[in-house]
Amino acid sequence: MTMTADVYDRRQDRRPWQKRLADASEPYLYSAPALILIIVVMLVPLVVGISYAFRDIQLLNPFSGGFIGLEHFETLSKDKAFYVALKNTLWWTGASVFLQFTFGLILALLLDKPFVGRGLVQALVFLPWAVPSFLAGLNWAWLFNPVIGPIPHWLFDLGLMSQPGNILSDPQYAMWGPIIANVWWGIPFFAITLLAALQSIPRDLYEAASIDGASWFQRFWSITLPFLAPTIAITVLLRTVWISNFADLIVVMTGGGPADRTQIVASYIFTQAFKALDFGYASAIALVLLVLLLAYSMLIILLRQTLLNKG
Amino acid sequence: MKTSLLPTIAHRLAILAYVIFALFPLYWLFKVSLTPNDLLYSEGVRMWPSRTTWEHYSFVLQHSAFPTFFKNSLIVSGSTAIIVTICASLSGYALSRFNFRAKYWIVGLMLLTQMFPLVMLVAPIFKILTPLGLTNSLTGLIVVYTAFNVPFATFLMQSFFDGIPKDLEEAAMIDGATKFTAFREIILPLTLPGIAATLGFVFTAAWSELLFALMLINGNNAATFPVGLLTFVSKFSVDFGQMMAAGVLALIPAALFFLLIQRYLVQGLTAGAVKG
Repeated sequence: MTMTADVYDRRQDRRPWQKRLADASEPYLYSAPALILIIVVMLVPLVVGISYAFRDIQLLNPFSGGFIGLEHFETLSKDKAFYVALKNTLWWTGASVFLQFTFGLILALLLDKPFVGRGLVQALVFLPWAVPSFLAGLNWAWLFNPVIGPIPHWLFDLGLMSQPGNILSDPQYAMWGPIIANVWWGIPFFAITLLAALQSIPRDLYEAASIDGASWFQRFWSITLPFLAPTIAITVLLRTVWISNFADLIVVMTGGGPADRTQIVASYIFTQAFKALDFGYASAIALVLLVLLLAYSMLIILLRQTLLNKG
Repeated sequence: MKTSLLPTIAHRLAILAYVIFALFPLYWLFKVSLTPNDLLYSEGVRMWPSRTTWEHYSFVLQHSAFPTFFKNSLIVSGSTAIIVTICASLSGYALSRFNFRAKYWIVGLMLLTQMFPLVMLVAPIFKILTPLGLTNSLTGLIVVYTAFNVPFATFLMQSFFDGIPKDLEEAAMIDGATKFTAFREIILPLTLPGIAATLGFVFTAAWSELLFALMLINGNNAATFPVGLLTFVSKFSVDFGQMMAAGVLALIPAALFFLLIQRYLVQGLTAGAVKG
């Protein structure tokens, strides 16, 4: 239909060519500032960064810069610290997304029910999202601190710890520190988006189901969940990508330690670029991370498509 | 519908648990910032100290580089928010109102920027900005943050524009206004909540960015809050009261902004989420 309308338009178009050119270029003029910025500051560095992965780029070495082919990737395949970081990334991302999503969904379901003071409660429970991530990291590092933080003392009182020590320097449990901080910080994102999706479900569906005598769980399973599925898929996808790249909390809380136990790939890239100043190697690791994330995104998008087609 | 007591109580208790979990860390930050140094260790785990003091705040404001960090962050976040909002209003409007050939490429490009790890850009951006004299400068940070925030801001603005009926500008154009005049005089004023949401969202994002600020800035003069506070933490590693006072001060602008705009932000996300 648009095609015929287009042809019709063109035949009827008696505008002078200058006017037509101006009209056709209008959307491009509107988007130009944004596009130029994105291309210059993100796309060009991305391409340059990919090329670095195959070159020897060390900031302090003026003789570096040569093309070295796949050498970085060979080093990477033997780099034990990288495999540890990869495993930690899976653990960090999996646990963070799962917990953020579960608690975010529960919170959204709780807020979907009208009650007195809902507006205020909503503003308060969403507040952690506004806390700058570095500050959230510092704040939780302080809560875990055995001198001024309450958490080690609570754990001690509960008998879970033999003495109030710092979890963040305990190789076995250190990862839980940044994960808990991340869950605290990220619940509001899921709660906000899922609440928005919940509120778009037609209410009469629930009424009809209650009349038919469906239990709460049956209603949740056969009405709420199918309606939420597309939103869940897209938010889980976005969050997984963001969280696996999200190094702030780890850099602030543990710096990757103790003994690389909390080092994820994103913080490892940052350490290689920032501390070792080995930009070539950092870019090679980043390229591997990019490929892994793209593969993951494709998988989720395919999954979502199949779900949508079924529904 | 009948309301039984037990589920209602459980519901309220669960809500209360969430509120406590969300606010407790911030409460603790505030509590320690008011605790006098001599009580810090002896009353470390008490819920409220027996005496309070504002001395940590006055020290931070008078004897540290904190006011410089505050000013730098304000300049960087404020400029970024304004420039991003202008660019995103224009591009969001283009995506909302025009059908043009490159539209899907532009949307695709913007989605791509949300997918790849930004840490990947750390090294090339550093290399590119150094010869331009844009490392260790607030301008460099503003340019980088503006580009990082434009894609999401564009989608946000687009969803607000989508919510405004097209007839409005068509009516104006029949009266002889150009499309741009109609956009400026009629559509933009109607999108003020969307503009507020975008400004607030970008401001808080720029206010909290850490990795690029760490990489591109060195020394106190151009340090923004995250970098400044981190160096502050390692330098004053024993003075918890002062660090937490600085933390509370760092939190105030972001939290204020968020409380003001959270309603609009939820609105924008709702519009976007429904479209899915």
